[in-house]
Amino acid sequence: MAALSTAPAGAPAEVPPVPPGAAARRRRLVPYWLLLPGILWLLVFFAAPMVYQASTSVQTGSLETGYQVTWHFATYWDAFREYDVFYLRSLIYAGIATVLCLAIGYPLAYTIAFKAGRWRNVLLVMVIAPFFTSFLIRTLAWKTILADDGYVVTVLDKLHILNVTASLGITADDRVLATPLAVVCGLTYNFLPFMILPLYSSLERIDPRLHEAAGDLYARPFTTFRKVTFPISLPGVVAGTLLTFIPASGDYINAELLGSPSEQMIGNVIQSKFLTVLDYPTAAALSFMLMAAILVIVSVYIRKAGTEELV
Amino acid sequence: MTQQTAPLADEPAGARNPASAGGAVTLTGLGKEYGDFTAVHPLDLTIPEGSFFALLGASGCGKTTTLRMIAGLEDPSGGTVRIGDQDVTGLPPYKRPVNTVFQNYALFPHLDIYENVAFGLRRRGVKSVKGQVEEMLELVELGHLARRKPHQLSGGQQQRVAVARALINHPKVLLLDEPLGALDLKLRRQMQLELKRIQTEVGITFVHVTHDQEEAMTMADTIAVMNAGRIEQLGAPTDLYENPRTTFVANFLGQSNLIEAQVAGTSGDDLLLSVGDGRLAMPTARCVPSVRAGDKLLAGVRPEKISIVHADDAAEVPEGRNKITGRIVDASFIGVSTQYVVNSPWCPELAVFAQNVERDGRLVPGAEVVLHWSPAHTFGLDAAQDIEAGEVNA
Repeated sequence: MAALSTAPAGAPAEVPPVPPGAAARRRRLVPYWLLLPGILWLLVFFAAPMVYQASTSVQTGSLETGYQVTWHFATYWDAFREYDVFYLRSLIYAGIATVLCLAIGYPLAYTIAFKAGRWRNVLLVMVIAPFFTSFLIRTLAWKTILADDGYVVTVLDKLHILNVTASLGITADDRVLATPLAVVCGLTYNFLPFMILPLYSSLERIDPRLHEAAGDLYARPFTTFRKVTFPISLPGVVAGTLLTFIPASGDYINAELLGSPSEQMIGNVIQSKFLTVLDYPTAAALSFMLMAAILVIVSVYIRKAGTEELV
Repeated sequence: MTQQTAPLADEPAGARNPASAGGAVTLTGLGKEYGDFTAVHPLDLTIPEGSFFALLGASGCGKTTTLRMIAGLEDPSGGTVRIGDQDVTGLPPYKRPVNTVFQNYALFPHLDIYENVAFGLRRRGVKSVKGQVEEMLELVELGHLARRKPHQLSGGQQQRVAVARALINHPKVLLLDEPLGALDLKLRRQMQLELKRIQTEVGITFVHVTHDQEEAMTMADTIAVMNAGRIEQLGAPTDLYENPRTTFVANFLGQSNLIEAQVAGTSGDDLLLSVGDGRLAMPTARCVPSVRAGDKLLAGVRPEKISIVHADDAAEVPEGRNKITGRIVDASFIGVSTQYVVNSPWCPELAVFAQNVERDGRLVPGAEVVLHWSPAHTFGLDAAQDIEAGEVNA
């Protein structure tokens, strides 16, 4: 061994039988092997269903006669004309919920990241804690919270806040359940952690000395926030808004449980087309159009936010 | 600005602009406690305007806390901070006429170099920043990198941006918190000279916190050595080095041989000491404590002041020198000099630095030697101290 160690540096001293090229080739293949499980998963559970749905969306026929691919693109147009209101409503609800999540989540994430001290981990656990219960149960709980004779509605009524919200058209008949307010509240609540966590992780990485440096360079606390903290946290804002907006716009549970038929979102339509009406081509076409709408909105948004280093 | 101050650069600190004390920093009873722990004991300190002042000490000695209290980033538990004639104790950082170069620079990662440097001007509502920013970037020789982001720059370049970003505001005092700590040795040397040049050029007060005694001695014209929340000694680098007043300063600033001795008597201006059965002499004036015959004392001598000869040549040692015999236990050749460790019966591990002019081949570990030095190079310290305080163990 002592003799070997005097060999030129870099020579593969202990593996003489394998020609040097083979080991290198094996090393080059490692990344592909590591990718394999994920690629297989995506092929089976994402790419294949996508292709299947795409083909379904251009089929015609009925359950009795069977479906044939007839390249019937008119389904898209018909479905859009019939359900455009639902698309609009979904995007508006999801947009409002996203803005609310940002408004609630940013101060919270900021506090956890910079002011919480030893309570930081406790607060983070509290943010994640709702995930220990099922999405469905949490949404059902809101049904109780917002019940017509519950405390929330009673107090809001006493304070005449319901009159204000009713005049804004987001509640009706002195109740909160089965109104747009209830659905947006449910969406906001359910997706809030998806906003807080990326915000927290981008805020927490900010060196507190940057705040000191800004203060040292004549920035008042609010200017420091505006010129330093917020711009640096932008990747977190973009990630958080995407993680909130995308699932919220396709959600149907909140509208189903907390809304009435007039708060139905596009998710509800797709769900009923697939599972109740069994009109598969329309359901598939609606899904694709939702996906396209989200893709367009997201890419415009990312372009505007100007953060190429995120996502 | 440059023209006014540069020709005066060689004058003593504080003498540059006697009419106004705009950039002088005066700390009065300034202290900081965290619960039971006292980070900085109440200290009084005046940093003259235009000086390059270093706060030197090991980590945790309170030097950074002191700096942060001057900057306004830390609230003092007591005392006041005055900058020039203004009491700034209660002011937030953004209202103080000081700027800071932070450890690891704290450059804004989302802004380019130009905007980093312009930050302070913009916050103060300066409309046209272009000329000033370009001038400042020229001063630190980074004009060509104005549109780069901080992470695209090397450590040394980032450091210069941090200096430019602070200096552009023409602070009365520039605070530097371990500004060279993150750089490698060679770059650090280069930046030390660079910072010194900039300070001479702009002529404002620099307060520099460092744990690196060489850095402090290279750059500062006044050094305050801090230990455990107190200033141990304050003075010019040569003064601190030649006349340390505590064992901490003697050991922390350079290296010292401290020999436990007993006062035997006096002879003219000299104090006579006995070490075991040997005799040493030193100037009474260089003895810090006032002593009488029989008192204990630590006699100190710097390693480079000691000459080393082989025991066979003991007769060549001139009369009137302090002499100690011993045996070499270690010799390390480091190019310009050879560092010997010599054990003598009454004082173990004496360090001797000998210039490599004519090397004596007999001076190897195990050799019997005679160490001798001029009594004038001996200083006396109070024996009631930790003899190893401030030693930096390599």
